[in-house]
Amino acid sequence: MSDAPTRPRADASGPLDEGAGGGPPTTSPPDRTEAKIATQPPPGKKVSRPGDRIFSTLATSASVFITVLIAAIGIFLVWRAVPALQRNQVNFLTSSVWNTTDINDMAFGVLDLFQVTVLVSFFALLLAMPVALGIAIFISNYAPARVARPLAYVVDLLAAVPSIVYGLWGLLVFAPAISPFAVWLNENLGWFFLFSTGSGSVAGGGTIFTAGIVLAVMILPIITAVSREVFTQTPVSHIEAALALGATRWEVVKTTVLPFGRSGYISGSMLGLGRALGETMALYMILRTTTQPFSWSLFDGGSTIASKIALGYAEFNNDIQAGAYIAAGLVLFILTFVVNATARAAVAGRKAK
Amino acid sequence: MKLERSSALIGMVAAGALVFTACGSDDNTASGGADVSESTASCEGKATLSGAGSSAQKNAMDAFTSAYIAACQAKGKTVNVAYNPSGSGDGRTQFIANQVDFAGSDSAIKGDQAAQAAQRCAGSEAWNIPLVFGPVALAFNIDGVDNLVLSGETAAKIFNGQITTWNDPAIAALNEGTTLPDTPITVFFRSDSSGTTDNFQQYLEAASNGNWTQGAGSDFKGGVGQGAKGSAGVAQAVATTPGSITYVEASFADQNQLKAAAIDTGSGAVELSTETASKSIESAKFIEEGGGNLALDLKQTYASNEPGAYPLILATYEIVCSNGYPADTAEGIKSFLTSAVNEGQQGLEELGYVPLPETFKETVVASIDAIGGAPTQ
Repeated sequence: MSDAPTRPRADASGPLDEGAGGGPPTTSPPDRTEAKIATQPPPGKKVSRPGDRIFSTLATSASVFITVLIAAIGIFLVWRAVPALQRNQVNFLTSSVWNTTDINDMAFGVLDLFQVTVLVSFFALLLAMPVALGIAIFISNYAPARVARPLAYVVDLLAAVPSIVYGLWGLLVFAPAISPFAVWLNENLGWFFLFSTGSGSVAGGGTIFTAGIVLAVMILPIITAVSREVFTQTPVSHIEAALALGATRWEVVKTTVLPFGRSGYISGSMLGLGRALGETMALYMILRTTTQPFSWSLFDGGSTIASKIALGYAEFNNDIQAGAYIAAGLVLFILTFVVNATARAAVAGRKAK
Repeated sequence: MKLERSSALIGMVAAGALVFTACGSDDNTASGGADVSESTASCEGKATLSGAGSSAQKNAMDAFTSAYIAACQAKGKTVNVAYNPSGSGDGRTQFIANQVDFAGSDSAIKGDQAAQAAQRCAGSEAWNIPLVFGPVALAFNIDGVDNLVLSGETAAKIFNGQITTWNDPAIAALNEGTTLPDTPITVFFRSDSSGTTDNFQQYLEAASNGNWTQGAGSDFKGGVGQGAKGSAGVAQAVATTPGSITYVEASFADQNQLKAAAIDTGSGAVELSTETASKSIESAKFIEEGGGNLALDLKQTYASNEPGAYPLILATYEIVCSNGYPADTAEGIKSFLTSAVNEGQQGLEELGYVPLPETFKETVVASIDAIGGAPTQ
């Protein structure tokens, strides 16, 4: 559970309390001039002090380290996956069977795992994004400081609950509780493919529907924390300008906070999606697997890529069998990578406008 | 202001503590007062043994360990056994890689793995010692039905989808006098790879008169139903789903108050009980008669029609080196296994296992005694 975002400042009360926002204007001019002077002395390089060198070395090596680490993970996955893929007798990307026990007769494909992973993650994201937006706006703009701070803690606390607890709660408490609603959806909206009868038992609860809702709760704190941090950074001058023009509170939020914080909100959501894609334990507990094909219904069962690996781990007999699962892990790795890259591109594109 | 803030903080901490304590559901009850006064374990050799593997025998291993510790305490020795229930496949792999002293496994080590294990044992054969037996229940949940009889054949047809409703003529024929409902059968299987699934599918293969063609293996291959995670998961799923059936270790069926079907082996319906399962174990044959490697020929047990013997049992092994351990490890392993077959057997029944029958125990003890220490001993 190390994926909770770090929050250096617990200041949820926002810059409004600090009054006229006088801090930056008074201190920044001297900063700027100093910076000019410091960079101007032409070829001397005398400004490089030991502290500078040590710190820049540390920072550089940290970033090099993480790059090398990610590359190493990628290489490891490919290296271990290839021997299994060579023995695979069906198309890895378009098949749904999973039969790896006999390494001389292996047939495994990632299609259903991939589809379940995508559906459950996006369903969770769809549920979590609006709620997270509401919480973040409330904390940053509506709540009095006295309420905002504890509320922020409570939301962050959700990220500190171990995922196995979410899994057990989802399986034993939440699934039976939500079951009547799920049955109602299935009976009344069953004509829509997401709510049609799938391979899982609607009343039993071990479906993508239940798992997605639990997952939404799990990714809520990440999206909220990131969005809240960005929303509180909205320049006070923007807010005051809007207020001066007679904007109501909602109009202030609409015209200043949301446009300013949109990219932060999107990247927070992508962090959440990344977590949802990789979440293992809760889905491992909640989702019931099935031998029937996936039909894009929320009432399907199945397993995600990550939960499939966890389900199979205990009986790995050799590296080749493990390699089949690692190949699935490679697909997840690439999927997460693509999702993050797309999100970054989207954010960058918006900024450029 | 300050006061309010700190009280809010205290509130948070308290709420957090509640959340976290709610997760603690460990069952730390000691497995009880085994009589250790007459222990034959030497308590010599390596004091801390490590093992890994089958989760099906975890509770038995805990009982063995606490009995062993108690027995050696009586002799003034401090010992311990660390057993990690990480799964049979993982246990065998770790044993081969020389990371643990012994492995627990739901299936005997054989083929390539046996050859690799021999390398680990400095050229000596790795032995499978069947130490923990448990009956597997065909646990069902049908409204209004308390007693159900199935045969190997009908079980196979249920678990591969040839029979889909409870009042199918094939089931009705075995249950005269019971009114079976006209409801569909919901099959639950283990979603995680498991030795229980492997044993169950082997049973179906052996006992179904050719109606189970899917083969065995640690993943369920029946092609119907839904998978739930772990023994606890399938038992819980059946408990909450009327009209469902699964295969699960008897102890989990008991914990969830599930009823277990009797099995008609051809010579009458046999209820699941310690006695009937024990009878099956007693008549189990070894693949190599007279050797130290006690891998069982379960096909025969599964297909047996001996009256009063419940055929669907899960045998789990301890995999050890027959020779080639360092001297102190060999001594420690022998001491621990000796303790396990003697005082360790007490209380196993309450944990849902079947204690070793007397005659069978003698064979196991002979095999344990034959584990070679290094000549320096």
